[in-house]
Amino acid sequence: MSDKETRDKKIFRLTRRKALKGLAAGLGALAFPGKDASASVWEAFFQKNFRELGKPERDKILARLEKEYSAQFGKAVKVKATPPVEGVLFGYGLDLSRCIGCRRCVYGCVDENNQSREPQIHWIRVLRLEKEKGVDLEHAEHYYNPAKVPEEGYFYMPVQCQQCENPPCTKVCPVQATWKENDGIVVVDYNWCIGCRYCMAACPYGARHFNWKKPGLPAAEMNPDTHYLGNRPRPVGVVEKCTFCIQRTREPEGRYPACVEVCPVGARKFGNFLDPASEIRYAIENKRVFILKEELNTQPKFYYFYFT
Amino acid sequence: MNSRGMYYLCIVALAATMLCMADAGQAGRREFWSTPPKAESEERYMVPPPPFSEGIFPCSGCHKEMKTNPNRRILKEEHTNIVLKNHAEEERWCLDCHDANNRDKLRLVSGERIDFTEMYRLCGQCHGDKYRDWKVGVHGKRTGQWNGKKEYLLCAHCHNPHSPKFKPIQPKPPPLRPEYIK
Repeated sequence: MSDKETRDKKIFRLTRRKALKGLAAGLGALAFPGKDASASVWEAFFQKNFRELGKPERDKILARLEKEYSAQFGKAVKVKATPPVEGVLFGYGLDLSRCIGCRRCVYGCVDENNQSREPQIHWIRVLRLEKEKGVDLEHAEHYYNPAKVPEEGYFYMPVQCQQCENPPCTKVCPVQATWKENDGIVVVDYNWCIGCRYCMAACPYGARHFNWKKPGLPAAEMNPDTHYLGNRPRPVGVVEKCTFCIQRTREPEGRYPACVEVCPVGARKFGNFLDPASEIRYAIENKRVFILKEELNTQPKFYYFYFT
Repeated sequence: MNSRGMYYLCIVALAATMLCMADAGQAGRREFWSTPPKAESEERYMVPPPPFSEGIFPCSGCHKEMKTNPNRRILKEEHTNIVLKNHAEEERWCLDCHDANNRDKLRLVSGERIDFTEMYRLCGQCHGDKYRDWKVGVHGKRTGQWNGKKEYLLCAHCHNPHSPKFKPIQPKPPPLRPEYIK
């Protein structure tokens, strides 16, 4: 080998191939969190799907989130990951003959579940329907705003996540960031969600909502009692939905969801389908009930009633 | 200690142990998610105190000194704000539900006197279907626990007994239209 050849080997010559490789590597590196990366950002970046976590990993993640949220909101935030209870299948009932359309549930839900105030996100949407037409969703109006409700000739139908037994939303998720738990609650892992919004397109009830911007949640209004799969503060770019107040209902204290507690007319009923003595069981066994969009075979666990 | 004393002590200890075990077994059998068995008396419900107007109860505070006039009439001096409206006003008046002799009680058709805290029995005389639904927790608002103790509301917490139709209220603001969500 001559001197020239040896020298040529050691000299860096930029070729087209090398340039492209370098560019790709550089752009790839930029995609990593680097700018203000603390240790916790890196941990979140490499976090696994919630269902693949072992207990030590899970506890570590919960502790990390608690620390983050506590710093962010300036108060002690609790992040739970209480699993489903054996022998419980949650069910919901709503009495259309009682509901007066006052929207107390909408704002009770926002307060409990830390939805974004600005931009606005509501998990419950109250439809106003004409009594003459019945449940005719094409003529539903949800921007109604009279001085007093109920109005003559109308009835009201609040719609939220129906917690389907056969949920179309979980099937379309390309990364399995949303699934149905054993107690029937459909949940989202906000750290795994990639924000593609396929689930929103698949949901026939309009029950899923997207964080287009970083949620505007004033620290004073933040509810510090949270669940990992429920009402913990969400990042930008993920989908969220009603979880039957998972942070309340899964605890042994057995609190009712916020919308049930706040309803002034007692139109909302909640309980365990598998408990023969529960009020929800009595209702579906003895009253006339229907489910929304039955023909789609989503099998909601959210029953509408006419108790009269 | 003699052997007889020892014997009695053993018997007592054994009985106590068995009692404890039976108790623990009873407690263990009920899963925490299932509704606890009904309290000893079916008809007692956990209710908050009745929603009296300020300073009106006990009624005997004023009525004790007054002679009862059992004739049906329109009240001119007192309680003029209480008017039966859409609640069988043609058929009934005060003393059909309020006991004439003990003003702090309500009166059933049977003549039985009941406390205001049991007013659901009075209302249930006519509204039997509502009473039945209320008892199982399907009519009216209940608070408490979905898997345990529930607190009921009395009829009068939601319905004015003299004019029971639910009064319209102001709704909370509607959601923003998408074009205004920035």
